[in-house]
Amino acid sequence: IYSPRVLLRVKPSVNSLYLDVSGSSVEQKIYIELKNTVPCVRLLNATHQIGCQSSISGDTGVLHVLETEADLDWILSTGPHPPYMVLMEATFFTRPTMMRMKNSTRVAGVAVINSNTTAVESFSPHTSCPNQNTGVYREDYGPDLANCSSTVWNPLGNSMSYEDFTFPIFSLKDDNQTQVMRKCYEDHNMRVNGSAPQYPLCAMQLFSHMHAVTDTVTCMRRAEVCDPLSDFNVWASIRPINASAKGHKNNESVVIAAARLDGRSFFWDIGTSAEGTVSGIVTLLAAAHALYPVTQEAPPVRNIFFTFFQGETFDYIGSSRMVYDMKQDKFVINLDNVHSVLEIGQVGLRNGQKLWMHTDPVSRKNSTVDEEVINLVDNIKSVASTLNVSLDEPNTTQALPPSSFQRFLRVQPIPGVVLADHKSSFINRYYESLYDTAAYLNMTYPSDLSPEEQMEYETEASKVSRSARLPDQHCQGTYTSNSSYIGTKTFSHCISCSLSLSPSLFQMAKLLYGFLVRSNNSWFSSLLPPEAGAKGRSSILESGPPQYYIGLRQDNSVKSVTRFVQFVMANATGTVTSLNQIQCQNPNDVPGESKDLYSYHWVSGPPSANSTEGDPYCVRTSVRLAKALSPAFELPEYGSREYSTWTESRWKTIRARIFLVASPQLEMLTLGVGVTVLLVSLVLTYFISSKAELLFSSTHETPNTTY
Amino acid sequence: MTVCVFLGCTFVAFGPAAALFVLTVARDPLRVIFLIAGAFFWLVSLLVSALVWFITVQMSNRDSAAQQKGLLIFGVVLSVLLQEAFRFAYYRLLKKANDGLLALSQEDTMPITICQLAYVSGLGFGFMSGAFSVVNILSDSVGPGTVGIHGDSQHYFISSAFMTLAIILLHMFWGVVFFDACERRRWWVLSAVVLSHLLVSCLTFVNPQYEGSLIPTYIIVCVMAGWAFSRAGGSLRNLRLCLTCKDKDFLLANHRPR
Repeated sequence: IYSPRVLLRVKPSVNSLYLDVSGSSVEQKIYIELKNTVPCVRLLNATHQIGCQSSISGDTGVLHVLETEADLDWILSTGPHPPYMVLMEATFFTRPTMMRMKNSTRVAGVAVINSNTTAVESFSPHTSCPNQNTGVYREDYGPDLANCSSTVWNPLGNSMSYEDFTFPIFSLKDDNQTQVMRKCYEDHNMRVNGSAPQYPLCAMQLFSHMHAVTDTVTCMRRAEVCDPLSDFNVWASIRPINASAKGHKNNESVVIAAARLDGRSFFWDIGTSAEGTVSGIVTLLAAAHALYPVTQEAPPVRNIFFTFFQGETFDYIGSSRMVYDMKQDKFVINLDNVHSVLEIGQVGLRNGQKLWMHTDPVSRKNSTVDEEVINLVDNIKSVASTLNVSLDEPNTTQALPPSSFQRFLRVQPIPGVVLADHKSSFINRYYESLYDTAAYLNMTYPSDLSPEEQMEYETEASKVSRSARLPDQHCQGTYTSNSSYIGTKTFSHCISCSLSLSPSLFQMAKLLYGFLVRSNNSWFSSLLPPEAGAKGRSSILESGPPQYYIGLRQDNSVKSVTRFVQFVMANATGTVTSLNQIQCQNPNDVPGESKDLYSYHWVSGPPSANSTEGDPYCVRTSVRLAKALSPAFELPEYGSREYSTWTESRWKTIRARIFLVASPQLEMLTLGVGVTVLLVSLVLTYFISSKAELLFSSTHETPNTTY
Repeated sequence: MTVCVFLGCTFVAFGPAAALFVLTVARDPLRVIFLIAGAFFWLVSLLVSALVWFITVQMSNRDSAAQQKGLLIFGVVLSVLLQEAFRFAYYRLLKKANDGLLALSQEDTMPITICQLAYVSGLGFGFMSGAFSVVNILSDSVGPGTVGIHGDSQHYFISSAFMTLAIILLHMFWGVVFFDACERRRWWVLSAVVLSHLLVSCLTFVNPQYEGSLIPTYIIVCVMAGWAFSRAGGSLRNLRLCLTCKDKDFLLANHRPR
């Protein structure tokens, strides 16, 4: 049975409405349903299952709040009413505690309270060596760099996301509901003077039963039990390219400017991934905004492909698919068309220090590749020297950090550089966790600004590197991270021309706001098609930040973040046309327009004085979406070791509720009373009915006269 | 509260009624038919009173709690009066059907006496009334939780089950007394039955003070049991004879050819 979990996730308020209407009044006396809970779900790959699950009728346990070490002992060994449901603050959500609970039979589930006030020093549930089996380093390619033997990229990683828990783990916000839970615990479950609490006790039940088990091979064999993680990559070219002709393009030499589009956290479908993902996206988008107008005036020698890869967290889904398509001649270009790759990694935490250029030492053993890389690095350095940005190369024998570029290197040695704010290990203390938010990047706004005012406000983050006034041929302006500027100037050197660039500061502030704080703003709404905008029927804008978990695609729909990037890029690299809505959908009928070279979109337009909804127009752009589904599901080869095989399990219900439980003795007593009443009544009835003639004989003295 | 509580409450609420049905009614198809017809008549009376209550609630002010409470009391009183009215209607129907039954039966005498009809119809009323009282409570008692998180009493399920038991027994006794009073045209007895029904129904407004509602209700059950016993032909003498097991001599001495 297919689960309506998109409905559950996207519209929680509607779900709670159904609950209010359908629960009977007796049910409302007994249970308090917990809303706004986020579960941890089961994910599977070729060999393992990870995540959490409950039993099919939910897991029930007596509630206990974990505040001290003594509480942990109570839960795991001394408490008299196992199994326990543990309610804990985020500070206790650490690997040692969770491993102890995992090995115990007395824990029925865990609920983690995620509050904005208590700050965790560092927490990364990801592995310490991300994507170690699907990167470029293996036995036959840089074996001493494989499996993070030389550099551990994520030293704070505790791999909790990749453990298999047999009990459900939910995340709750710290709001009224949590207060109700604490009150229930204090009223019924607190120990009084060291003695055990008395029944009735406060208990919690969590439902998160997952249908899939074991691994992807097993679950794909059975129908409707799991689905592969998939979405779309976004790519755009500076010069339009014929998208209907696949395979090698003659006389086309391309520089790929890449960034990743996704992130994750321990829990399902959330992951704000500010430093891990958004810093790269925003940098690349700002570079595209700045570079495109100039390249139209002075066309460059090489083409630039701005590419955003989806699903990189899960063994490089997007980049492995694009490389596979290039090899199979199913993509618009071929690997031979690729001149070099410049990737933007994590760049948000630079804080006035150096920016690092990572390269691959193994491919540089080839002299032609090495020459190109040195060229690239020198270009970047010369640009950076004109600004107050210090750039450096780390140790040249150091491996490449986990990046989409590694998938290109697996097939062919290509020169390339990955820009990052870390010299060796990540400086991100919250890699792929719930805490990698806008606040971590110091994006704070004064509290009295409305959302629209906040969007235009330059936070400290965007002011971080305000560079001095520069000579004419260079840029005036500031960026969140100068890597964006470096990127654009590097491209200009790659494409052998010198350009004068003036990117907008406001653009940066708006991009950061839309991708990190609130996607429902007027700028995004003006860039999207009318039905997807703020007032549309199927609006994808929300009042909070967008979430970057790749998720699943039902009916070929596109994830909201992918749409945002697609339409921001359309705005950056597109032109406004005078086509009307019908012509926009069939541009081949219009002379001079070509669906092969461009894609056409009907978008809302900014609100103007005479119309609050905005004047829609048709934008012509080279932005396209490319399917990001791992090649393992195309071949199909579900047990593949080479490609990503990540799938997400299906489920039926995800809910949580609290209530009181009575003692087993009282329940047995009730049953005993019932059975006694039944037996006594049977005996009595038999006795009476057998003696009925005698007992009821006095009135019928004249039986035949009654009728 | 789990399966134990569910089974315990079901046995308490429906045990005696099921015992009565299985041991006294189930063997005789005619009694079964009249029992089901009685249940149907009770159901119709509930439907009518529910319709009236629903309409009045739609017309009323939803936000005023006092008005809603007043409407609830009105609904209860109306429902009691309608139930008793339908009991009377069933009695009239049975009297009219008498001649037809006599014609159909192959013997000269009635296959079922009015007293047995009263008992069976009362039991039918009781079954349906009990079902509607307690089935939704039983279905919620299967879950893992018990009543109490909002401060209500923990004894909700078992009290509801005992109340249902009392109601079922009461309907049975009221049926016997009512039909007997109709036969003898003792109208004051009818009003006594209606008043006691009203009293029991209104006692439930005392809940969650379960002692306040259950104890008076069971007192009324005992009183009605004695009354029905005497109307049905019982007497203290018969009871004493029965209990001291001197019945065999008595029966032989009073044996009448049937």
